[in-house]
Amino acid sequence: MELFLQQTLAGLATGTIYACIALAIVMTYQAIGHLNFAQGEMAMFSTFIAWQLIQWGTPYWIAFLATVAVSFAGGVLIERIVLRPIQHAPVLSHVAVFIGLLAILNSLAGFIWDFNVKPFPTPFGTAPLLGNGFIDAHQAGMIAITLLLLAFLYGFFRFTRVGLAMRAAAHDPVSARLVGIRVGWMTALGWGMAAAIGAIAGMMIAPIVFLEPNMMLGVLLYGFAGAVLGGLSSPVGAVIGGLIVGVVENLAGTFIPVIGGELKFTIALVIIVAVLVMKPQGLLGRPVLHRV
Amino acid sequence: MTALLEVRDLHASYGTTRVLHGLSFGVLEGGVTTLLGGNGAGKTTTLRALCGMVLRTGEITFAGRSIAHLSTEDIARLGIAHVPDGRGTFVRLTVEENLELGAITRRDRNAIAQDVERVFGYFPILQKRRGQQAGTLSGGEQQMLAIGRALMLQPRLMLLDEPSFGLAPRLVRELFGILAALNKSEGVSLLVVEQNAALALDLADQAYLVETGRIVFSGAAREIREDEKIRRSYLGY
Amino acid sequence: MLESVPEPAVPDVLAPSLIGRNGLMLALLAVALLLPFVVQNFLIFQLTLVLVYAIAIIGLNLLTGFNGQFSLGHSAFYALGAYVAAMLMDKVDFPYPATLPVAGIACFVFGFLFGLPALRLEGVYLALATFALAVATPQILKLSPLEYWTGGVQGIVINKPDAPFGLPLTQDQWLYFFTLFVTVIMTVLAHNLVASRTGRAMMAIRDNPTAARSMGINIALYKSLTFGVSALYTGIAGALGAIVVQFVAPDSFTFLLSITLLVGLVVGGVGWIPGAFFGGAFVLFVPNFAESISKGLSGAVYGVMIILLIFVLPTGASGLVRAALQRLRAHKIQ
Repeated sequence: MELFLQQTLAGLATGTIYACIALAIVMTYQAIGHLNFAQGEMAMFSTFIAWQLIQWGTPYWIAFLATVAVSFAGGVLIERIVLRPIQHAPVLSHVAVFIGLLAILNSLAGFIWDFNVKPFPTPFGTAPLLGNGFIDAHQAGMIAITLLLLAFLYGFFRFTRVGLAMRAAAHDPVSARLVGIRVGWMTALGWGMAAAIGAIAGMMIAPIVFLEPNMMLGVLLYGFAGAVLGGLSSPVGAVIGGLIVGVVENLAGTFIPVIGGELKFTIALVIIVAVLVMKPQGLLGRPVLHRV
Repeated sequence: MTALLEVRDLHASYGTTRVLHGLSFGVLEGGVTTLLGGNGAGKTTTLRALCGMVLRTGEITFAGRSIAHLSTEDIARLGIAHVPDGRGTFVRLTVEENLELGAITRRDRNAIAQDVERVFGYFPILQKRRGQQAGTLSGGEQQMLAIGRALMLQPRLMLLDEPSFGLAPRLVRELFGILAALNKSEGVSLLVVEQNAALALDLADQAYLVETGRIVFSGAAREIREDEKIRRSYLGY
Repeated sequence: MLESVPEPAVPDVLAPSLIGRNGLMLALLAVALLLPFVVQNFLIFQLTLVLVYAIAIIGLNLLTGFNGQFSLGHSAFYALGAYVAAMLMDKVDFPYPATLPVAGIACFVFGFLFGLPALRLEGVYLALATFALAVATPQILKLSPLEYWTGGVQGIVINKPDAPFGLPLTQDQWLYFFTLFVTVIMTVLAHNLVASRTGRAMMAIRDNPTAARSMGINIALYKSLTFGVSALYTGIAGALGAIVVQFVAPDSFTFLLSITLLVGLVVGGVGWIPGAFFGGAFVLFVPNFAESISKGLSGAVYGVMIILLIFVLPTGASGLVRAALQRLRAHKIQ
């Protein structure tokens, strides 16, 4: 029982990372109707930037904030330069461009920082928390940071006018233009925010999986699984989906011999295919409207 | 009275299909113009062309400035509020959020709150529904919301696409009463596209008859209303 | 499936005249046959790999270019074909040519079965599901209970076959001819498939599913079958690849291989079968060149190429060839 609780908590902690990536994926999907296969590599690249800043002697939290800002700008730039010209192109072009971005970022990170595995610092330490070692400080810190991020995003979309305009642009771009919203910039803003969220997720997971150019491939897959499970049209669903996937991954790894440990990606594959086939709208996909 | 909107030789096409073949018309400052005509005449396309929602050529002047090359969002920012066919409400957002979105380009926060109350004054039912998702409203309520949202822009010109479409007759009369009041008391100029000619002619001061992308007759609304020949041959009542 | 119904020739700039076209094909084939006698062994080995990639890219093209389905998971089919061939040769001493049909059939069945649920997935969802398949594949291959057959992380080493019947050919030359033989058969079959009624049904589904359904085409069946045939091609390529490289290991079949095939498809031109040879040559030689500049940069070159192609030349090599032929014909007419 104790093992079960401990593994569930640990699963929740990594689940927060999947939740962040899932959220970033869903934000982009809502804005442009495509899945960003390069989301993971964008987060990886951001994490390398943070690592570089820390290597140069920048205090952790300053490096953290600077990385978030740079990633935001990078996301906006990628949307403006690479995606805007193909906004009306078919799915094939989009997938190809995302795969291109993925390959470029992966390769460039290896070129600049090499492919050797690097440790990444945690600002929270790794001491066990709550005495009996249920959860360590870094895991608790991950959960806290994610909760803060979610609260911030909720407030932004719920209470600010820019947030409202972004929601309107995503839901109905034609009507949004008619009220004067610059939909193109809202999309770019969404990309920037998705990149910033990914950067935070990358910096939080890096102390656990270590830093290297391929660190995010698995995380991205789990992020996709979480996003699909929660419903690609629901940001809240994406977060819940990511958390569930984190817990399932950890429990399967602990309690199912061989398969749970060695086939972690296959678990994600099965979740994705099963949800897409049996319940394509996910757990909290687009709510059906009822007349009151 | 001076012209607020002047359109000269407007052409528009969807892909390779040309829909408008050189329309010229205008809306006076503080006036109400109506475009009449049957299904497929090009009335909706005309409104879309004015707002840059379809490919168009020709001269479009609004308040003395050419808007023929502006994007949809920039045209809206100049004070042209388009209530499109199908109403274009944000169905997944609440009534109140829809109204806020109408004023999204404005900076005067206090005045916005007052304007929301003013819209509720015109359409009390919206106040009752303020927290509800717009998609759950009835057709008439959605039309009111769409007009209310357009008002939130503090527009100088409102483009209305078939405001009577799909509404019960009693509601239609009420709605047109409110439109007339808006025109008189708020000084909003209106460009109304309608299939219900009788209704539109009562509201309008100028009228244009559109057939297959061309204007076939124009004149004062009163003249058309009283000209039995035109009424019979073009408007069918 | 591969029935070929004679049809009036479709007007196409790529078919200026039947004789001209066949003549061109024969000339190319003659060059291909002579090549291994004039170049060095390592280059022969590389050319063999170009052909292997071309077969795999034809498979992907049948699915994407002619049926409108998307796959980022063809590395999984390539891996399955390679492992089937390697295991048969390693464990039961199968003769290497006999492994190809077995690998093809295994991949057809797997592809068909994967295609069944994938049927309900359109566009981006299918890309997602196949992406997951590609990422999961190396892990499955490393699975410890299967280690006896798969060789685990170490993989399987295969012996290089000698030329049969005492032919005076080096091993590389022989493998080249063997691969060329398979490639020609597979290319002709693909060509006939696309030109057949089946092929037209595949394209009708790609262009307008609703109209295809109203014409009485069984969309579910055709889509799954196309997935199966596509996997079959890629699986045979995988088996050939294993024989040529003499080695299979999980980390040869990562998601990067799917990217490679996708690049080959886009470079060669989506929906044009001969494009696969341009694509195959590109994915073999360009990364080598990039690696010679800096290790690990091949990914960046791939990425830049994909994005540039989508922006500048969305039709790939097929567009270039078409434009060139059109210009040539215009010149002749003058």
